[in-house]
Amino acid sequence: MPEPSHFRRILILWIALSVIATPLVVILAAPGLPPGDATSEAAGQVTDNTVLLGIATPIAALLVVYFAYALIVFRHRGPEPDEGVAIRGDNRVQLTWIVATAAIVLFAAVYGTVRIFGDSGAGGGQGPNPIAKPSGDPLQVQVIAQQWAFTYRFPSFGGVETPHLELPVDQDVEFHVTSLDAIHSFWAHQLGVKADANPGVDNVAYARPTETGSFDIRCAELCGLFHGHMFDTGQVVSDSSFQAWIRGQQREFAPATRNLNPYNRGYLPHPERRAG
Amino acid sequence: MNTAAAERPLWRRLLGFNLLAGIVLGVAGFYFGWWLGHQIHAKSLAYFADTNQNDVALLLGYLFFPIGFVIGLGFAKYPLSRALGREPSHHENEEGGLGRYFGVCTDHKVVGMQYMVGIGVFFFIGGLNAMLIRAELLRPSPQLFGAGNYLTIVGLHGAMMMGVMSSAILGPFANYFVPLMIGAKRMAFPRIEALTFWLLMAAGVIFVSTIFFGGFPTGWTGYAPLNDQANFGFDSYIFFFALVGLSMTLLGLNLIATIVTMRAPGMTWGRLPMFCWGVLSTSGLMVLAAPVLIAALLMVAFDRSLQTSFFLTSGGGSPYLFENLFWFFGHPEVYVVLLPAMGITAEIITVHGRKKLFGYKTVLYTTIATGIISFFVWAHHQFVAGIDPRIMATLWRAKIRYTVPMLFCLAWFFNFFIGGVSGFFLSDTPSDVSTHGSFFVMAHFHYTIMGGLIFAFFAAIYYWVPKMTGLRFNERLAKIHFWTMFIAFNSTFGPLFALGLMGMPRRVATYASNLQPLNIWVSVSAFVLGASMLVFLANVLYSMVIAREPAEANPWRSKSLEWQLPTPVPVHNFDRIPVFDADPYDYGIPPVAPRHVPAGASGVAPYPDRK
Ligand code: HEM
Ligand SMILES: [Cu+2]
Repeated sequence: MPEPSHFRRILILWIALSVIATPLVVILAAPGLPPGDATSEAAGQVTDNTVLLGIATPIAALLVVYFAYALIVFRHRGPEPDEGVAIRGDNRVQLTWIVATAAIVLFAAVYGTVRIFGDSGAGGGQGPNPIAKPSGDPLQVQVIAQQWAFTYRFPSFGGVETPHLELPVDQDVEFHVTSLDAIHSFWAHQLGVKADANPGVDNVAYARPTETGSFDIRCAELCGLFHGHMFDTGQVVSDSSFQAWIRGQQREFAPATRNLNPYNRGYLPHPERRAG
Repeated sequence: MNTAAAERPLWRRLLGFNLLAGIVLGVAGFYFGWWLGHQIHAKSLAYFADTNQNDVALLLGYLFFPIGFVIGLGFAKYPLSRALGREPSHHENEEGGLGRYFGVCTDHKVVGMQYMVGIGVFFFIGGLNAMLIRAELLRPSPQLFGAGNYLTIVGLHGAMMMGVMSSAILGPFANYFVPLMIGAKRMAFPRIEALTFWLLMAAGVIFVSTIFFGGFPTGWTGYAPLNDQANFGFDSYIFFFALVGLSMTLLGLNLIATIVTMRAPGMTWGRLPMFCWGVLSTSGLMVLAAPVLIAALLMVAFDRSLQTSFFLTSGGGSPYLFENLFWFFGHPEVYVVLLPAMGITAEIITVHGRKKLFGYKTVLYTTIATGIISFFVWAHHQFVAGIDPRIMATLWRAKIRYTVPMLFCLAWFFNFFIGGVSGFFLSDTPSDVSTHGSFFVMAHFHYTIMGGLIFAFFAAIYYWVPKMTGLRFNERLAKIHFWTMFIAFNSTFGPLFALGLMGMPRRVATYASNLQPLNIWVSVSAFVLGASMLVFLANVLYSMVIAREPAEANPWRSKSLEWQLPTPVPVHNFDRIPVFDADPYDYGIPPVAPRHVPAGASGVAPYPDRK
């Protein structure tokens, strides 16, 4: 029996599988992924993951088809001493593979960079001098991490410091994340925001909430004994409720606000102490 | 000489340099350091008075423990007798029975077996910790452990695994098989080889002792400033990793020296087996990276004891410096795991596909290039795309035989592919915002490390242990082990990707209650995964102790030199150094009848004349 064209068979199987699987993944599965679409940043991350999944699906399909085929068709049959066909390295095959993988990796790199610049940083921390900013005048919120809680400071409301976080809907927010002691990370899951909190560093991240509701806040970097207890629930509310809430906070914390350090992009850490 | 030793009474044999003396002197050394530290503490450093935790004492104890231990084991015998002008013996305990395994032995095959068991014990402890973590995560709020103990267990698990996995393949398999593959009678530095093993054991003891000193809440990364705040249980972490680093460096140097200088005539670089290439490039990485880790850890130790402030903002230092130094080690570490595993799978897949390794040169260059690249972060995930396909190509029109080692190799490939694809998401910056620091990362690195390393480790065990012990494994138990392990592994770590995306952070015992069902699923799968290891242990017990069926000398019909030797391998491997005159991977070119080397293996050319 002449050797069938394994190459053509694999090609056909692969194309068939990709044509079926890729739209299924891209249209049905991917848009439902977390973190959802509560902010434009979160929605942007879902889009990114969808694109990446769209690329990864045909690659995965190629591997699945190749392996299933090879493992079934090229398995050992017949009597014992029996050898595979000696094929030395084929330059064309190797070249194709190198070019293809390089292209995919390059695409991912370029795409990621474009998205980062075009999309107000996709919710990630951009350091003290952000490159990708939203247009207009964002609401500034300073996130001060310390062992083991976050507090929020609003410079445009007299520098009041609050233990919980509420944000107005449809308004760009500019987070300034910093820490008083260890390295923490401010993660507001549904907002699609994650920014490391380093002592003495002003780490800026943006988000624009597009719907009201609650979101989870967690510390995402091990920061000592009670790292696991560093979580809270925040609220995205209408602009009027936000104004009412922040006025209330200003009144409530007025005595404390008078004693705080003047508003600053970073504060000196506490003197060293053992807390672990 | 040997029989004379055996005739001595038991009490006489217990006196002298051996494991017992090592333990006694080690404990004595610890208490000496502890005492010394308290002398210093009491006299000069008032700082400690308010913390009630004397880091100086503990650090000195941990310093003198391994020193006493290796002296007791007999490592000082050789330098001492040289210093006294005596004629030293050129090897130690190479002849003899089981006793060789409990002391200093310069036979690389004995050291390989010691490593195998030692590493197994480490993995076992690390695995038990994993079971405890998963038990805690069955519920969304802390049930079993307080916050401190939970973090200690996570840190013990992570550091234990990361610490030994770099030696997990080099220790047992490179020590045992590299000399056999390149036609050498021993390693370049046999005493150093033995030392690396015992240092690793001392490191393990030190690390586990952290539970007596309050543990440490820093995870395996031990970042500043947590490492300075931590209780003095963190001193165990420092000395564990420092000793592991020392052991790794010496192991790497020894392997490099062996492969470079001790190849038999005709074993040109172009004929060096892939496994040896993997070992060589890994060793290069270990030798470059591990000393940096040791230095960083010593600096932490100074911060904690001598009041320096390398990593403390309050004293003008920088915590990021520690992070950077740590990842200078941590990054290559990932490849330290990958490269020898690739070497193993290349060996096994060619033998089982009965086919020449596709593109030996390309695999080779990528192996070396990966080693170099691994020092640069950006290329972190490219290698996955670049290397695996060659193993795929090796399967092309092969004649694949599904033995247990082959199954483990294929599973390795599968897991590694998933690890690579998930790395694709992590390397994409926008997507990284939601995945970084979450269980997504956890899933990713368990797929690459556990799916990569541990599966390759078992492939190597099923492939080579029949040569090492001369006994064969029970095939049925081995297959049960494989399938339970493979399925449970995927059902444990696959859902973690979803958990991560849904917002589950790492290193916490408290999580949102809507994540509980998935966490229960993962925990139960993890317990099954743990149970699959018991199947393996049962197989070892049954095959190696109870049934004891002898293995063939060359069951896989490999052409590599180690398989041409008789089983068990004679103490000095070869009577005369062999001469190589053909490539190691000439499968698929008849004739291929297995070529047995006559017992005693004198002057064989294992790859007979074909040019
Ligand atoms: C039985 C198999 C295993 C299970 C069920 C398991 C499970 C886990 C779990 C639940 C965590 C803690 C997650 C967290 O809360 O952050 C963890 C962390 C970790 N595991 Fe494993 N693991 C296994 C095997 C391994 C192996 C074989 C390795 C490496 C060789 C490994 C390396 C690590 C590392 C480095 C960490 C991070 C520790 C840290 O955050 O400091 N694990 N593992
Ligand atoms: Cu924190």
